[in-house]
Amino acid sequence: MSEVVNVNDRYELNKNLAQMLKGGVIMDVTSPQEAEIAEKAGAVAVMALQKVPADLRKEGKVARMADPKIILEIKKAVSIPVMAKVRIGHFVEAQILEALGIDYIDESEVLTPADEEHHIDKWKFKAAFVCGARDLGEALRRIQEGASMIRTKGEAGTGNVVEAVRHLRRINKQIAYAASLNEDELFAYAKQLGVSYELLKKTAELKRLPVVNFAAGGIATPADAALMMQLGADGVFVGSGIFKSKNPEKRARAIVMATTYYNDPKILAEISYDLGEEMEGIDLRGLSQNELLQFRGN
Amino acid sequence: MKRIGVLAFQGGVIEHVKKIDEVGCVPVLVKKNEDLEGVDGLILPGGESTTIGKFLIETGLKEKILKLAEEGLPVWGTCAGAILLSKSIKNQGSGVLPLLDIVIERNAYGSQLDSFKKEVFVPRLNKVSECVFIRAPKIVEVFSNVEVLAQLDTPIAVLQGKILATTFHPELTSQNYWHSFFVENVVK
Repeated sequence: MSEVVNVNDRYELNKNLAQMLKGGVIMDVTSPQEAEIAEKAGAVAVMALQKVPADLRKEGKVARMADPKIILEIKKAVSIPVMAKVRIGHFVEAQILEALGIDYIDESEVLTPADEEHHIDKWKFKAAFVCGARDLGEALRRIQEGASMIRTKGEAGTGNVVEAVRHLRRINKQIAYAASLNEDELFAYAKQLGVSYELLKKTAELKRLPVVNFAAGGIATPADAALMMQLGADGVFVGSGIFKSKNPEKRARAIVMATTYYNDPKILAEISYDLGEEMEGIDLRGLSQNELLQFRGN
Repeated sequence: MKRIGVLAFQGGVIEHVKKIDEVGCVPVLVKKNEDLEGVDGLILPGGESTTIGKFLIETGLKEKILKLAEEGLPVWGTCAGAILLSKSIKNQGSGVLPLLDIVIERNAYGSQLDSFKKEVFVPRLNKVSECVFIRAPKIVEVFSNVEVLAQLDTPIAVLQGKILATTFHPELTSQNYWHSFFVENVVK
């Protein structure tokens, strides 16, 4: 029963699904069992992956879209939306995911980029896309290419929230700056960011991105999730933070609770109590430039 | 001024809040039992029904809402909210707030690729309503005490006493007919 023909209507519908995920947690999973744990913990969607970012980081091999077998098994195991990652610029992986009936495609820097210059032309797809961004220019360029949801890039697989905080604060600051500009200045700023004047103007008027913006990359504790929400994220992605910790069930539930009660320190204290060991974090200062995932794609 | 609660765990909360404001009522975010004090109606927004259902149970809001509904609190569920209100979910037991004598099927149209928009004439509103279906459920059976307000191949809007359910999302359009209808005809 697909009534929609118009590409703009399709885009609206894809933005609408992201709106329904607001205030929720999207969890990385690599098996149907993990997907069931995530759904039971209250995740609003799962991200089907071959390996979680922490393992991809360790291996240093080429990381690609997950095997359709895993994706379909995960799809069968849960009733919440299923997302899956494709390499930046790899439009054929995206075609495959669309053929599998995926709910959302993440064109992700966590996988090895397939194209160092071009992102996927997302307008060619019926499927919905989420893309990572470190700043306003990057976010708006992805939206121009047809992304209907944005997430901060952070630094995936590190359990270190510092980059996610940096990216969200930067985007907020740049939006506030854009909102303070007059028309001439806004033209110049659009040029500087490499985005269209219309889109920047709309963002400045809305005083927020025109699509849903989730925080991602390094979120490992309930407090991290609540921090990102208080900084203005619409929801959070959690990857390695859950299944690389000692008690994934409990931690997953706690992060879901923290994302809802992000403004209530008393509840946050209860939620954070006795969760067991969290994933080991990585101090980013010890990583070399080519070990950092956030610089992939621009 | 009427105070309308919006269950605010997750999902399309802010969209409903804006509409409630537009139709001249006071929106109240509901995350705890005490937030329900003095509300004249309650909206259960779209989102993920499993996630929202879990919060309802764990916070004890489930019992509180059921009790208030029994005493006549008007409740409106959109999409996931409609699932929560259903007496029966096809092959999955019942909704967490089973106040509505319908059988519903989750994700009945398919994945996000099957989400769609359609204009439907609604006699009770005397308006053409823009209906946005996002991974929507389908009402597959209604009991005789349930009034069908709008229909595609199956009912998409139903009313039973003070309980309203729509399987689509009126809060995602530029219209506010359904919010007016809820306030003027159900909450009153």
